[in-house]
Amino acid sequence: MNFEFTEEQIMLRDSVARFIQDEYDFDMRQQIAKSAQGISQDQWGTFAELGWLSIPFAEEHGGFGGSAVDVMLVMEQLGKGLVLEPYLATVLLFGGLLQKGASAPLQAKYIPKIIDGTCLGAFAYLERQSRYELADVASTASLKGSDYVLNGEKVVVLNGANADHAIVSARTSGGQSDESGISLFLIPLDAHGVQRLGYRMMDGQLVANLVFKDVAVPAAHLVGELDQGLALMQDVVMEANMALAAEALGIMEQLNSKTLEYTKTRKQFGVAIGSFQALQHRMVDTFMAYEQTKSLLYRAVCALTDDEEDAATAVHALKVMVDRAGKLIFSEAIQLHGGMGLTDELDIGHFAKRLMMINTTFGNGDHHQAQFNALRYN
Amino acid sequence: MDTAFSQEELAFRDEVRAFIAKAYDAELQARLASGEPQVYKQAVVEWQKRLHEKGWIAPNWPVEHGGTGWDATRQFIYDSERAAAGVRDVVPFGLKMVGPVLYTFGTQAQKDRFLPAILASDEWWCQGYSEPGSGSDLASLKTKAVLDGDEYVVTGAKIWTTYAQFADWIFCLVRTSNEGKKQEGISFLLIDMKSPGVKVNPIVSIDNHHSLNEVEFNDVRVPVANRIGEENKGWTYAKALLAHERTSIAGVADTKRGLNLVREYAKREVNGGKSLLADPMFQVRMSDIEIELMALEFTELRVLAAVASGGAPGAESSLLKIKGTELQQAVQSLTMEVAAYYQGVLPNDLGAEQLGHEFGSKARQSYMYGRAATVYGGSNEVQKNIIAKAVLGL
Repeated sequence: MNFEFTEEQIMLRDSVARFIQDEYDFDMRQQIAKSAQGISQDQWGTFAELGWLSIPFAEEHGGFGGSAVDVMLVMEQLGKGLVLEPYLATVLLFGGLLQKGASAPLQAKYIPKIIDGTCLGAFAYLERQSRYELADVASTASLKGSDYVLNGEKVVVLNGANADHAIVSARTSGGQSDESGISLFLIPLDAHGVQRLGYRMMDGQLVANLVFKDVAVPAAHLVGELDQGLALMQDVVMEANMALAAEALGIMEQLNSKTLEYTKTRKQFGVAIGSFQALQHRMVDTFMAYEQTKSLLYRAVCALTDDEEDAATAVHALKVMVDRAGKLIFSEAIQLHGGMGLTDELDIGHFAKRLMMINTTFGNGDHHQAQFNALRYN
Repeated sequence: MDTAFSQEELAFRDEVRAFIAKAYDAELQARLASGEPQVYKQAVVEWQKRLHEKGWIAPNWPVEHGGTGWDATRQFIYDSERAAAGVRDVVPFGLKMVGPVLYTFGTQAQKDRFLPAILASDEWWCQGYSEPGSGSDLASLKTKAVLDGDEYVVTGAKIWTTYAQFADWIFCLVRTSNEGKKQEGISFLLIDMKSPGVKVNPIVSIDNHHSLNEVEFNDVRVPVANRIGEENKGWTYAKALLAHERTSIAGVADTKRGLNLVREYAKREVNGGKSLLADPMFQVRMSDIEIELMALEFTELRVLAAVASGGAPGAESSLLKIKGTELQQAVQSLTMEVAAYYQGVLPNDLGAEQLGHEFGSKARQSYMYGRAATVYGGSNEVQKNIIAKAVLGL
């Protein structure tokens, strides 16, 4: 049993941390957030040069062959910098689905392009009615000759406004909420019949609603087995939830350390407000919440790495903890910063908003607690 | 980063299981459950002697003093298996508290005199820290020791002394100076409970049991040779001990066992025609605790691993103490909810068959006495002060 990182992992972590510190400060981040594209192609190119886009991919496709621990370390640092570039959407979701489910020709065609930064991807799974239920899919794909024809609408697609390709879930058989009968298709977003409507979220993400009207998809673009797409989605989403939790942990650390610093310098009644016991105990609570989240993250990462049976339980527990601890930490950060905590100028509110969006991505705390309960007590 | 057990570690786990299954037999368990104090005490001593014979009595001690030399993983495995089998941890006062102080700060003569009897459970220890006027503000303690030739004369009182009625020895913090800071005039003394002038007054606690006491010292003469380390430096030694104490107070493995019991009880309990465990509201209460506990288990592993690679348990032990005791109480509270009206049953001679219920009375006792956990070992509020100062730099 050890909780140490290898030398390689420490180098990777430090290289991302250094980049955030030197090239991606809060002003830069806000500038990118306000730009038309909402992400920076230059920064993305740097990510590619530094090899970060290759981390989870197999070496045969030019990947780094990294583990869940490597992904965790990168995401934690990206969280600290509130990085907007679509690492989750392109590398972990779009790339993850390709890596785990796509045919060899599709992998050979797209994974190298993800790695060199020339392909931006998205995973279009969410529909108006589906909320947090991955199996609730009303979009359809029906076979017509040798092609599939796809119809339906996907909403709040992460990186949907900038992606050139998306993997889209659609029903090839069964009823709207059946676990079986979901298939995944890789679709170029400039294909005939695709409409996209981009819009901004509170955390600076540029997302899109995608409407598919009689979009022709070659059968070769099926990702994973026909009708068996749900298991593949669940697998990739489970790892994505771990990655999101790592990002959240980076944000929590920032909020706690910035709040602590502030209470040491902000003076009221002639003394630093950090000298008040009422505030000290609350900062101890947020410190403990951070440490507990970190422990569950490590637990989930170890379970994923060792492919343990209870990996799903650990990830559900982690997402519950991220929800609870995140809300406690950002609420206290805003409160302890007083009026300044309410300003758009200060980074505190932006960290808070990203945590809120992380909570809603792939299920909030209540959703994951229900899943956890079903696995443990039913 | 890796938490999977190796083949050797799995073999060790099997060895622990096999040992407990054989040595912690039904006859011993029955005596441990006895309400008769002397029967209980003898059973505890006997179990500890069996552990000593096996060489497992002091997992946290260095090998040269009789410890096991286990790394963090083996300590974790042992503790998990012990708790999962429902085996209570050893009585902490000798083995977890004064023992480490003795081998760290004691003279060779003190080590030779006391350590073997602690390991063999031949002498029962109790802890003399709190006083009627000194609780969370421990350093304000007033029990005084005045030098007279080669003896101290000790006068004052200690309180909340667990099992003083069983104890052969008490380790005490006493005031030997009123000069300077209050922490700087304290000495660490070992006092024979049979000394003239020691008087034990029982305190019945909220769980209707007698484990707590007040211990009076009326001109008790204590040889200077029974002082640990230097005069007026006792606070330093006590502080080192407190970090150990807090780490073991967390009790993660035992709380896990408690939660498993709740789960078993709830599964059998019927609520509106269905198992209580299937009740969504109950499930949420249960997983609120279980999720925090899963996290705390890894927090404890992280601290254990850090200690094993050379660190001493520091302020993180305060985190373990706070979260650990909160979760103990949460499990006790949930057990009470499962027991429903049977939680009110006072100890009696009726069997579960006659009563119609098996755990209500025990649940109440644990719950009521369990309120102590957030108070003792330095109240949780004091632990927060420690974290604020030592970790957050406030």
